[in-house]
Amino acid sequence: MAAPTTERPASTGDTRELAPARRGNRAGPALLTVLTWIVGIGFFFPILWMVLTAFKKEADAYTSPPSLFFTPTLEQFETVFSSGIGPYLLNSLFATVMSTVFVLLLAVPAAYAVSLRPVKKTQDVLFFFISTKMLPVVAAIVPIYVVVNNIGMLDNIWTLVVLYTAMNLPIAVWMMRSFFQEVPKELLEAASMDGASLWRSMREVVLPVVSPGIAATSLICVIFAWNEFFFAVNLTAATAATVPVFLVGFITSEGLYFAKLCAAATMCALPVVVAGWIAQNKLVQGLSFGAVK
Amino acid sequence: MAPPPSRSPDRPPHRRRSPLRIARSGPLALLAVVLLALSGCAGAGALGGGGEGQQTITIAIVSNPQMQDAIELSPQFEAENPDIRLKFVSLSENEARAKITASVATEGGEFDAVMISNYETPQWAANGWLVDLDPLMAQTPGYDEDDFIPAVRGALSGPDGHMYAVPFYGESSFLMYRKDLFAQAGITMPAQPTWQDVAAAAQRLHDPANGMSGICLRGKPGWGEVMAPFDTVANTFGARWFDPQWNAQLTSPQFRAAANFYVDLVQNYGTPGAATSGFSECGTQFSQGNAAMWYDATVAAGIVENPEESRVAGNVGYAPAPVVEKQDAGWLYTWSLAIPKTSDEAGTTAATWRFLSWMTSKDYGPMVGGQLGWEHVPPGARQSTYRIPEYVEASKAYAQQTLDAIAAADQKNPTVEPVPYTGIQFVAIPEFQDLGTRVSQQLSAAVAGQQTADEALDQAQVYAETVGESYQREGQ
Repeated sequence: MAAPTTERPASTGDTRELAPARRGNRAGPALLTVLTWIVGIGFFFPILWMVLTAFKKEADAYTSPPSLFFTPTLEQFETVFSSGIGPYLLNSLFATVMSTVFVLLLAVPAAYAVSLRPVKKTQDVLFFFISTKMLPVVAAIVPIYVVVNNIGMLDNIWTLVVLYTAMNLPIAVWMMRSFFQEVPKELLEAASMDGASLWRSMREVVLPVVSPGIAATSLICVIFAWNEFFFAVNLTAATAATVPVFLVGFITSEGLYFAKLCAAATMCALPVVVAGWIAQNKLVQGLSFGAVK
Repeated sequence: MAPPPSRSPDRPPHRRRSPLRIARSGPLALLAVVLLALSGCAGAGALGGGGEGQQTITIAIVSNPQMQDAIELSPQFEAENPDIRLKFVSLSENEARAKITASVATEGGEFDAVMISNYETPQWAANGWLVDLDPLMAQTPGYDEDDFIPAVRGALSGPDGHMYAVPFYGESSFLMYRKDLFAQAGITMPAQPTWQDVAAAAQRLHDPANGMSGICLRGKPGWGEVMAPFDTVANTFGARWFDPQWNAQLTSPQFRAAANFYVDLVQNYGTPGAATSGFSECGTQFSQGNAAMWYDATVAAGIVENPEESRVAGNVGYAPAPVVEKQDAGWLYTWSLAIPKTSDEAGTTAATWRFLSWMTSKDYGPMVGGQLGWEHVPPGARQSTYRIPEYVEASKAYAQQTLDAIAAADQKNPTVEPVPYTGIQFVAIPEFQDLGTRVSQQLSAAVAGQQTADEALDQAQVYAETVGESYQREGQ
């Protein structure tokens, strides 16, 4: 906390010292804005480039130096549509939505418990959750493949649903925990004094307060599940393959493929962009809610 | 889940739901409907499925233009065989190789047919993972397996001499050069160039100020990238990976000479960014007119002679793979189709073979040529392809050179001195995928100038010794 201004000695020396600082303060935000724009453009440029390349012909996509001005064509999008993207989109949608629903069903009560009703070993439990993310996925793929093969669940979309649920659960619990910690205890006490049951105080008091957090958590889970490639490529084949697996089918070692790949990538990125756009308001609330104490 | 609005304590208990509230629950209802519909589709792990009495055949393929053509034409097979439905899993080369290997080795059974190369076929046949195709070929009228190019046929045979995969297309390597630039500079390409000839021509034609590189050679890490052309250079320099006792030979004078030659050639007269250039990058550079020569796969001719993609179409000459000591220096590679043993258990072998025999039949080439264009015909598998007048006319610039290069490649005798392995641009042992990749990373670092070729080989020798020792222990 800043010290009260009345306690600050009002000397001329202080005024002289403050003046350059004020000038610096004016330059600082401007510099920060420029830096933010540079970083923002730096992050956005690959996406812009992907979208631009999607409208090029293959030969234009490979020119050196790269061409910014070209005759746009929808040829690549036609190729992507005729390649049968439908089942891949459906599989991705199913795995993403189902896993996110399961994650929320499990993570919200778990996070409620560890943040609002902590017990002695809560910290250990939290550490256990996050420790499951410490092993690289590639280190676990052989046993997972063998188990999935033995139970006859290879190339089955439910396998991905289970794995994506497990993959996102620790992150969701930790995220939701930070949101639950923002809920004032007094709210729960007031609900309890009014005679609300646990279920009712959860449903009508806590969940509305943390709904931005749920939106933020859902979006993170959706993005992670939608983009997941490693499990999908190793555990699926013809029937349960998802969008990222569809994408790599455009990479060929013999021939030109940049424009087709960019068109397919643009198509596949759209659902996540739409999901982010829908959750935008809640997400901004959620991010500021969780981050600023 | 849509958040419930905060309620006032005096709200009437049975108030009708407002339109706003219904609108808010709309997305939830929609989600529920979508999920129900999807779970109906995907409940058994399958979206869609074969109809009554139909057998679904799943084929894992490597994504390349020829296979995309096959997928495009496959409805014709389904129309002729209404009891068979085809499903393709198309992946990029690295993913496909890893996925197919895992599936076949663990008997995962996801695929009824797999696309593999002459690297995998003899090893997997020896492991008993593949169905012997000789009896099936014999039962198929007009299939004519003797029509396959002998070198390709031999490369896809198991230890018993039977074929365990049927070739879809084959390739060797040759040197592509710009006839116009050579003529301008007064250089004549010998009928059988040596690598010294190539280096001298590259030096003459290298003109970076005008955007012209002397030669494009792969420098990208990967056993299927830089190692493919480099191995052929090493072989013809008299180098070998192992001696017959499995002693690693990567620091032999011949190997050092080959590596130093390759790295110097690329660094001095290669294209910019050579350390990250593979087939596609070199194809782009050469097709855009930025390189005077390109040594790579024979299938590259289809790209450089395509006027829609190439600015140098019609100006390219083709010469056999350059040599030093060993005379036939080109590699041999073929993408082929095999049936894993698990198909026998699943009872799909007969149906799978019907598709494989259709796709590798003598009639397939003319069908592709007639419907998609003669430049689309898969080259290098059948001799009869090179007797189709339309194909010969369309590919006259490179067809004979391709056939000669493939016919000359002998993967059973790849080196000057004897070796305990087969394979020209690879060592046909399971460990080579890892070993080759590691060595390629060292070589690529040398191309990038991060270390010398000799330093790269010193490290590569350590990797190779580890592999060699495991075979020495096995032999004891």
